[in-house]
Amino acid sequence: MAILVGGSTKVIIQGITGHQGTFHAGAMLEYGTKVVGGVTPRKGGEEVHGLPVFDSVKEAMAETGATASMVLVPAKFAMDACYEAMDAGIELLVLITERIPFHDAMRIKAYAKSKDIKVIGPNTPGIISPGLCKIGIMPGHIFTEGKVGILSRSGTLTYEIVDWITQGGMGQSTCMGIGGDPVIGINFIEGMELFEKDSETECVVLVGEIGGTAEEDAAEIVPSMSKKVFAYIAGQTAPAEKRMGHAGAIISRGRGTAESKIKAFDEVGVPVAALPSDISKLLMGQV
Amino acid sequence: MKLLEHKAKEVLSRYGIPVPRGVLASDPELVKDFPFPAAIKAQVPTGGRGKAGGVKFAKDSEQAKEFFDQIIGMNIKGYEVKQVLVEEMVESEKDLYISFMIDRREGTTLLMVSDEGGVEVESVPDEKIIKAHISPLIGIQPLALKALTMSLGLSEKEAEDLTSILNICYQVYEKEDAELIEINPLVVTKEGRFVAVDAKVTIDDNALARHPEYQDVPQDISELEKEAKKKGIAFVQLDGDIGVIANGAGLTMATLDVLNAKGGKGGVFLDLGGTDDAERVKEAFYLMQMAKPSVILLNIFGGITKCDTVAQGVKEALEERNIDIPVVARIKGLHEKEAKEILKDAGMIPTDTISEAAEEVVRLGGS
Repeated sequence: MAILVGGSTKVIIQGITGHQGTFHAGAMLEYGTKVVGGVTPRKGGEEVHGLPVFDSVKEAMAETGATASMVLVPAKFAMDACYEAMDAGIELLVLITERIPFHDAMRIKAYAKSKDIKVIGPNTPGIISPGLCKIGIMPGHIFTEGKVGILSRSGTLTYEIVDWITQGGMGQSTCMGIGGDPVIGINFIEGMELFEKDSETECVVLVGEIGGTAEEDAAEIVPSMSKKVFAYIAGQTAPAEKRMGHAGAIISRGRGTAESKIKAFDEVGVPVAALPSDISKLLMGQV
Repeated sequence: MKLLEHKAKEVLSRYGIPVPRGVLASDPELVKDFPFPAAIKAQVPTGGRGKAGGVKFAKDSEQAKEFFDQIIGMNIKGYEVKQVLVEEMVESEKDLYISFMIDRREGTTLLMVSDEGGVEVESVPDEKIIKAHISPLIGIQPLALKALTMSLGLSEKEAEDLTSILNICYQVYEKEDAELIEINPLVVTKEGRFVAVDAKVTIDDNALARHPEYQDVPQDISELEKEAKKKGIAFVQLDGDIGVIANGAGLTMATLDVLNAKGGKGGVFLDLGGTDDAERVKEAFYLMQMAKPSVILLNIFGGITKCDTVAQGVKEALEERNIDIPVVARIKGLHEKEAKEILKDAGMIPTDTISEAAEEVVRLGGS
């Protein structure tokens, strides 16, 4: 049944009346996602693509039975929007917004943890279980149903890799962008644990990059997994102490190099693709 | 944004952290009345300045003048020294280390304290560092601090003072949206006074909008990088001479890696972000032009981004500014065919994969 999101997941969009919100509400509906409404304070009663807009998440959940929310509001208001959704009892938050201050992200994460709410992101393209549900801004058409689980810190690089996997004749069970920021909700380890338990997933691909130790941490749990794990690491030629676009992509004080991540994967037998196009070659015959 | 030492100390001092008396100067005339002996410290946004000769101790104004001449204009790890901080000397009885930073693994704040301050924390054995995580929901708590200061073996008075300093630092960390506050060494003098002799403060770039104070702070980036930042474009200058433009940070990094694997060397990392706005594409190319690469590699994976609008922006940019740098473009996704036609018309070389593009760039002489 894939992980976290499936055919019966009911979704609302916080910020649905904005340019991005409206566009992606349409794209998600077209993909077949059960988008049941949206929230923009003071715009309750309006409609977007025939979907009802509510003033609050509480109201939206009561009226529609939604359990998941995609947050597409500007960084300045994102923490407030997340708190609102969490207080209303949302179960899954997909936080697309980028450039959220780190302290806000820490608060969102801590509050979610205290309420046992799952948060994907911030700074993520979202999550997709091909053929079932897409909560995010990724292009749905490049994905196909299948058995490869993907976790990624990136956006377009994920699409590039998914495209190779799809071209190689392999589909995906769920593809989740965990986010490109230093402080994120669900991380590689939690994602891997979910895939390990998912009967539809046969192997897991991790798309990592420089910065932090998320990949080294992920490598630690590989020996306890029954499913095979593959990886790609971006930023092998990135200089130290420079933020490479993503807030989290920075080699700082000698930590977070691609070399260290590749070594950690090597040590636990995780094949690491040298180029994005090599991923499908590594997966051939495994799925 | 890494604050320079003098700015970091100004911020800490405003909240009540004791710092040495000091003056920021670029001309020794301005400090001839400063009470010597004094430390003369290069203001650069990087560590290791001591080893590079950027910190000296002057016994009088005569010697200070000499050190000014040596240090001002010095290049430390790529940063030109423009100003020095002249500071009173603080005699140390004990050097402590304290820091607050974001622990990415836990997604929360990590507090570290050690009584082996004065050296790089990376070289202090792990068992000599006391660590505690702080929940942003409850903040720093008295009993947690008590346990921490007690395990350092400080006197009651010292423990009290340190507690107060830690509380203030956490306030600064939270209120100023810092990613890092590090005081090293936090000196304890013979008289039992605590003084922050060196301090590092890094403010979260994502939070600068709510801290206008830092908008004019000089930054550790090149002029072109500054220009890009103003326009909201992620731009990093590298050692090679091939300019890479892609949409998305991960994809841009991956493109540089592929380029390297094919024998080329990236000179510019430019992440266009998720846009197909032709105006923005043009801005990106103007920035790239100023960096003077020998070849440009454009890599667009347009899932939702429309490739033809991107291509149109590229074409217009090349024409309007007479950019004669060869462009190899890998463009894929929505309206890909139309995009390739536009690019070909404008004399660019479209390819299907990143590897092909990288090979073409290297063939054209990018190295």
